[in-house]
Amino acid sequence: MIKKKQIVYPYIPNSVSTVKNQMLKEVGAKGVEDFFEDIPKKLRLKKNMNLPKPLLSEYSLRKHIEGILSKNKTCQEHLNFLGAGCWQHYVPAVCDEVNQRSEFLTAYAGEPYDDHGRFQALFEYASMMGELLNMDVVNVPTYDWLQAAATSIRMASRITGRREVLVSRTISADKLSKIWDYCKPEMEIKLLDYDCESGQQDLDSLEVEISSKTAAVYFENPSYLGFVEAHGDEVSKIAHDHGAMCIVGVDPISLGILTPPIEYGADIVCGDLQPLGMHMQFGGGHAGFIATRDEEKYVMEYPSRLFGVAPTSVEGEYGFGDVAYERTSFALREEGKEFVGTATALWGITAGVYLALMGPQGMREIGEGIMQRSRYVMLQLSKIKGVKCPVFQSTHFKEFVVNFDGTGKTVPEINEALLKHKIFGGKDLTKEFPELGNSALYCVTEVHTKDDVDKLINALKEGVE
Amino acid sequence: MEDITMKRYADGKPKLRRFHQAKWDEPIIFELSNEGERGILIPEVECEITNEVGDVMLTIPEGMRRKQPPELPELSQPQVLRHYMRLSQGTLGMDLNIDVGQGTCTMKYSPKINEQLARMAQMMEIHPLQDEETVQGILEVMYKFEQILNEISGMNQFSLQPGAGSQAIYANASIIRAHHEARGEADRRNEIITTIFSHPSNAACAKTAGFEIITLYPDENGYPDLEALKAAVSDHTAGLMITNPEDTGIFNPNIEEFVKVVHEAGGLCSYDQANANGILGITKAREADFDLCHFNLHKTFSAPHGCGGPAVGAIGVTKELTKFLPVPLIEFDGSKYHLNYDKPESIGKVRSFYGVTPAVLKAYAWVMSLGAEGLKEVAEVAVLNNNYLLKKLLEIGGLSAPYAKGKRRIEQVRYSWEKLTRDTGVRSEEIGLRAADFGVHYWTSHHPWIVPEPCTLEPTESYSKNDLDEYIEILRHVSNEAYTNPDLVKTAPHNSTIHKIDTAPLDDPSQWAMTWRAYRRKIRKET
Repeated sequence: MIKKKQIVYPYIPNSVSTVKNQMLKEVGAKGVEDFFEDIPKKLRLKKNMNLPKPLLSEYSLRKHIEGILSKNKTCQEHLNFLGAGCWQHYVPAVCDEVNQRSEFLTAYAGEPYDDHGRFQALFEYASMMGELLNMDVVNVPTYDWLQAAATSIRMASRITGRREVLVSRTISADKLSKIWDYCKPEMEIKLLDYDCESGQQDLDSLEVEISSKTAAVYFENPSYLGFVEAHGDEVSKIAHDHGAMCIVGVDPISLGILTPPIEYGADIVCGDLQPLGMHMQFGGGHAGFIATRDEEKYVMEYPSRLFGVAPTSVEGEYGFGDVAYERTSFALREEGKEFVGTATALWGITAGVYLALMGPQGMREIGEGIMQRSRYVMLQLSKIKGVKCPVFQSTHFKEFVVNFDGTGKTVPEINEALLKHKIFGGKDLTKEFPELGNSALYCVTEVHTKDDVDKLINALKEGVE
Repeated sequence: MEDITMKRYADGKPKLRRFHQAKWDEPIIFELSNEGERGILIPEVECEITNEVGDVMLTIPEGMRRKQPPELPELSQPQVLRHYMRLSQGTLGMDLNIDVGQGTCTMKYSPKINEQLARMAQMMEIHPLQDEETVQGILEVMYKFEQILNEISGMNQFSLQPGAGSQAIYANASIIRAHHEARGEADRRNEIITTIFSHPSNAACAKTAGFEIITLYPDENGYPDLEALKAAVSDHTAGLMITNPEDTGIFNPNIEEFVKVVHEAGGLCSYDQANANGILGITKAREADFDLCHFNLHKTFSAPHGCGGPAVGAIGVTKELTKFLPVPLIEFDGSKYHLNYDKPESIGKVRSFYGVTPAVLKAYAWVMSLGAEGLKEVAEVAVLNNNYLLKKLLEIGGLSAPYAKGKRRIEQVRYSWEKLTRDTGVRSEEIGLRAADFGVHYWTSHHPWIVPEPCTLEPTESYSKNDLDEYIEILRHVSNEAYTNPDLVKTAPHNSTIHKIDTAPLDDPSQWAMTWRAYRRKIRKET
């Protein structure tokens, strides 16, 4: 018999000692020790782990966590102009309502029958992304844009049988780091220059670097530095002329007003779902998508799960299931394409909810509204003495580079001054893009009002003087 | 009126439920579209702004201006919500069912208080690039949780960045590669050894990271084969990446010897502890001399599974390997928490920013609600539940638990319906679909099916004895049906949202359709 425990844990029904003893008796065990007989004594812990004292009541736990979290300052009480891979967009209440539903929140890997709803929701997510992208195949989401870009590149390598990728140098250091780590085992990564006036892809650099070894050219639109890449069709043509693929990373919230990359020649499109209904969550809201045409040569190279619609024994009923499951590592272990596992399905469902709420009109209005606001902020910033904005002479979507060289202040100094006004200034680019001098990447979205902009401008004027 | 409560517990055993899953015949969302409807309105731009900026659409280069609006559905808000509520009702989350049928995945209760806390603005509305001073709270949670994982595993340093177990395994494989690169041995050390009862991602992720894979099969008793390992190691060995307890629920009693053999050959050892539910407070990865390990916070540590993520695969390493961990690392100077990117030998970024930090918060809260004794209680009750289930299920006709005869198991068991299939023609998958008719989920097992007609059941600590008894009764009932009325089982499910799916189109490029637009084009032949 095991000794009586003082504590009955609310999350552990069988922590009631009488039940435990009854079960031990039924299985013929003297105590729980019997179950661990295969674990060598030497490996067994001799004493309890040294962990913080538990907060057994739910109330004390709540107080403790609230106490710690209260040390965070939010983008609700502060005015935020940070973007750079994580963006503050408004999250409709229905998005939160759906992803808090117990059924979705706590489901995992059910069958297409008991989890029919999960399959349909993810099929619909892919279908709505398909409309936004004008593409027929969209995966069950992967971890984030970093992973989506890295996998897209490896897919292109497998499809073309080539082992070199050309990447626009305007991508973020984080994404380049991920691509480097993930593609290195199979591929070589080369960087392409950009035009220093406009930020646009330098086509000469592309022509010099591209060869019969090139599997793909990867660029983003809007770029990490915020401008719209105007020469997508030229880049994709050069890629295609050399037998390479064109991969475009895209911010999906721009696609109500910007051309879907397939229309300027993209073969694989990837990006992040976070703008579509996910809170920032300190970077926890990311999810990556990959989209292609519906051709076997593309489909068979996806590592991700792909959910397809299928008939059932009852006419008119929709069933769902895994498409070409045999390509995955679930089916084939190391012989599958890369690997698949838990990633970000709940954010996929949420992005579907977001697109269903927005509809075509909503997507157009939000895109246009963001551009109007960001252009307005750029105009106001450019009026401040010593501030150059935007740094690149191109059209921008929601982000843009601001240069402070003329102010004699560093970006950290400026951001410190802004913080005193409860403003989070743009991301410091001085380490990532030293050639841009004292520059920061600012982000403006539909959450910003004219008042907010006035606050920023006034605080900046004060800060640079 | 008939008293149905009397029928629920006839003979002291739970009667099967008259379950039927919600069946709404819910259309695809595009079919619900009505032109002009709006689900949400967008904040208007003030006229001071519009007046000053002019027509911004004209500033977009011609080729980059979208010509045709996306053909998204148009629905009002209650219609969107209702659609998704109906889909949610056709989804059998852990909160609804006795979810012991998803073995290896540790389907445990995700406490609601932790969900509420993670939904606070101080978690939801913080940007990852805010000044460190303004995010001290979440950095504290992450730092303290890393210390907790150090204590649970015996490792020196954790990174919470990987986005789930597979990405964690990939990151660990990448660290193994970096370790050998730093020693100038990467070209030669190109083999990772795993076992067939380790999670498939150990093989798949290591392969993706550039290694060749050697897979060991069990000895006749189902234990990982030490002799096979000795034969497999060489100066090509980069490392060992294995799950323990394996997917069979069997703990490898020679685990220390395994590590020793690989270390002597010059390789590193990575412990897949995605599911550590049966060993919390019982044994530590470092005790067996492992160099790396990982934990899935959405499994052992109670963060919800979310239909398959978002999630965290926390990776832990020895002091020697800390320099290779993804950047940034969180540091504490005695008064403030900092993010340190200055790690020149790091493998770099694995996932955006710092990973899925709300899941870290939930896992931290879960550990804080239990403490050391509570965590040990989790392991002990999970293992007790599993051995209770094992004992009772072996009384069911046609079911067996191959390997390690007469031995106890840790947190799960890989069962086999081989005999039942031979006797009746009914297969494991069909048993699962029939079990679903009584409101529970059941999964077969990872491929390949070394154990014939398998299922892997893992009852965790979250289920009561009554819950387990109900699950046992369901499987007993389905087994009886297989012997007496096999067609009933083979044609299941009967109480589901939908009927039997014709899966053939899913493997046929001319018929598969992964989006509504593809379905309309290929199946409906719409132009």
